[in-house]
Amino acid sequence: MCVKHVPDLMADRRLGPDGRVERDGGDGTLNELDENAVEAALVIAEEHDAEVVALTMGPDDAEDAVRRALQMGADQGVHVLDDALAGTDVFGTARVLAAAVRSIAADGPVDLVITGMASLDALTSMLPAALAAELGLPQLTLAVDVQVAGGAVQVRRDLDHATEVLRAPLPALVSVTDQANEPRYPAFAGIMAARKKPVRTLDLGDLGIDPAAVGAAGARTRVLTAEPRPPRTDRVLITDEGDAGVRLADFLAEHKLV
Amino acid sequence: MTTQADVLVLLDHADDQTLRPQSLELLALGRGIGTVHAVWVVGGEPVAPPADVLTQVGEHGAAVLHAVGTGDAHPRLTPVVAEALAGLVTPSTRAVLLGSSFENKEVAARLGVLTGAGVMVDVASVELDGDALVAHKQVFAATWTSRCTAVTPVTVLAVKPHAVETEPVGSGTPDVVRHELDLSAAAAGVEVVERTERAPSDRPDLGAAQVVVVGGRGTEGDFGPLVELADVLGGAVGATRVATDEGWIDKDAQIGQTGVTVSPRLYIGAGVSGAVHHRGGMQASGVIVAVNTDADAPIFEIADLGIVGDLRTVLPQATQELRRRRG
Ligand SMILES: Cc1cc2nc3c(=O)[nH]c(=O)nc-3n(C[C@H](O)[C@H](O)[C@H](O)COP(=O)(O)OP(=O)(O)OC[C@H]3O[C@@H](n4cnc5c(N)ncnc54)[C@H](O)[C@@H]3O)c2cc1C
Ligand SMILES: Nc1ncnc2c1ncn2[C@@H]1O[C@H](COP(=O)(O)O)[C@@H](O)[C@H]1O
Repeated sequence: MCVKHVPDLMADRRLGPDGRVERDGGDGTLNELDENAVEAALVIAEEHDAEVVALTMGPDDAEDAVRRALQMGADQGVHVLDDALAGTDVFGTARVLAAAVRSIAADGPVDLVITGMASLDALTSMLPAALAAELGLPQLTLAVDVQVAGGAVQVRRDLDHATEVLRAPLPALVSVTDQANEPRYPAFAGIMAARKKPVRTLDLGDLGIDPAAVGAAGARTRVLTAEPRPPRTDRVLITDEGDAGVRLADFLAEHKLV
Repeated sequence: MTTQADVLVLLDHADDQTLRPQSLELLALGRGIGTVHAVWVVGGEPVAPPADVLTQVGEHGAAVLHAVGTGDAHPRLTPVVAEALAGLVTPSTRAVLLGSSFENKEVAARLGVLTGAGVMVDVASVELDGDALVAHKQVFAATWTSRCTAVTPVTVLAVKPHAVETEPVGSGTPDVVRHELDLSAAAAGVEVVERTERAPSDRPDLGAAQVVVVGGRGTEGDFGPLVELADVLGGAVGATRVATDEGWIDKDAQIGQTGVTVSPRLYIGAGVSGAVHHRGGMQASGVIVAVNTDADAPIFEIADLGIVGDLRTVLPQATQELRRRRG
């Protein structure tokens, strides 16, 4: 079995004039929530003697995310890197990652695709479902518990109004929440070992994807305007001198909140 | 706007067939865009909703109600719902509206893959600018606002609560059209082994409440003072992840990037430090009040009213004062 994990980047972010996300500094890391995906993949791989491939799509420094996954214990990395990918939306990303998964599957079957629950920068949580749809795989999302046995995967998930247990035959796609596990911290030995692990770089040509279908030109939505919210003005900070509860009531009345 | 614009509105409902309140807001939004086709997805046969729901949906402006029966497939699975909606998209469909829950965002994503539609989620409000449907969103933990539009013929919008006021606009029940879903193998591949729906509480729904009182580690497990304040304000009670992890309150109460996103008129945080993960889920609130013993707590950076004090004395005093004034 092969387990894929798709890490992402997180850094300071803002919207640039062209409506794209701009990130500050070269200090990219693995999207925190994807550490849960790596951890889930590693645990399953340890139980089932499988290999974990860390897959990411993103600019040069996205490789840091792959490196982090390798330090945690993933066996190899795949980085889809192409200038034409700048500005790609979730559907383009899903197409590219799906093509990458297929390309990895050419070397050996992919039994499970594991993702995080959301990129902490975009927080749309759309990618896992879009990727499952592209790959034609059953999707078991937002898992807080994942069990693989007998050629099937079973997850438990907590939704807004209900708790569910879902099951599907492998291969399948699973996304895990931050409640699924405690991600391990890379040990020194892991950090050293990661240096020797292979990271393969693929471009759109390798994946047979037309550059016009992805990138900003292929994106289905456009940002018209974006601006930082005005800071809250008239902020008040008081120290309780025995009457803060009454002052709170006054404040609510003044602001017509009661 | 083209004359023949249809809008599909997914009606969210509980397992017992009661309509979730946000559905009425979506119908109201839909009316502003075109002819409203409400969509009701159920397991088994395509059975229409109960009469009272049907009437309500009609009063809020649906011209047609599509009852889609998913046969053997579970009607809660998001790939199944996405295929149900995709099957109803026609050349005159302009938009598909649904509530912005984690599940519906998946539905939206899959609908995008199936139909080629442009998709926007976590939409705070929608504006019709000439022919363009413009979505207003708050991004980056609500520190930015953006206006976005889709370049595709069909736009899928997953909308947050309170995007619009609801009011009944007419009478009469919608025409009911029944459909049996022809499901793809991939969508049918997941089995629901177990599903337990939580009983609705008599408190307002956290995501939709206009007042939210939130407790963190500083409560040390005693949510009593928060519940009392929430009661007098008619609000919901929320929590930080620390409080839900400790088991002091139900998991669904967690507000933040990995929990519920709230944007009430009033947010009161007590014993909450204001960690970035938490802020991401509440920074869009109208007025923010924070009570914390630590004058350097980061939540004070975003609080309209910050009170350096002990929640165990400040909250009960406020509750008592509010009750007294009410008489
Ligand atoms: C990937 C990831 C996702 C996360 N997602 C979320 C999320 O969705 N939501 C979330 O909330 N957290 C989330 N967290 C956790 C988050 O980082 C913080 O740890 C958490 O929000 C802190 O909760 P807290 O404010 O209750 O506790 P603390 O940070 O410990 O703060 C407690 C505060 O209470 C104050 N206090 C103590 N006693 C009193 C008193 N008597 N009266 C008044 N004040 C008092 C203290 O001064 C302190 O400021 C996430 C973390 C990670 C890594
Ligand atoms: N560019 C990317 N490369 C790899 N994985 C990604 C990428 N974007 C999103 N993901 C994965 O999809 C999950 C959900 O992301 P999102 O839909 O962007 O909130 C993340 O936790 C990642 O596991």
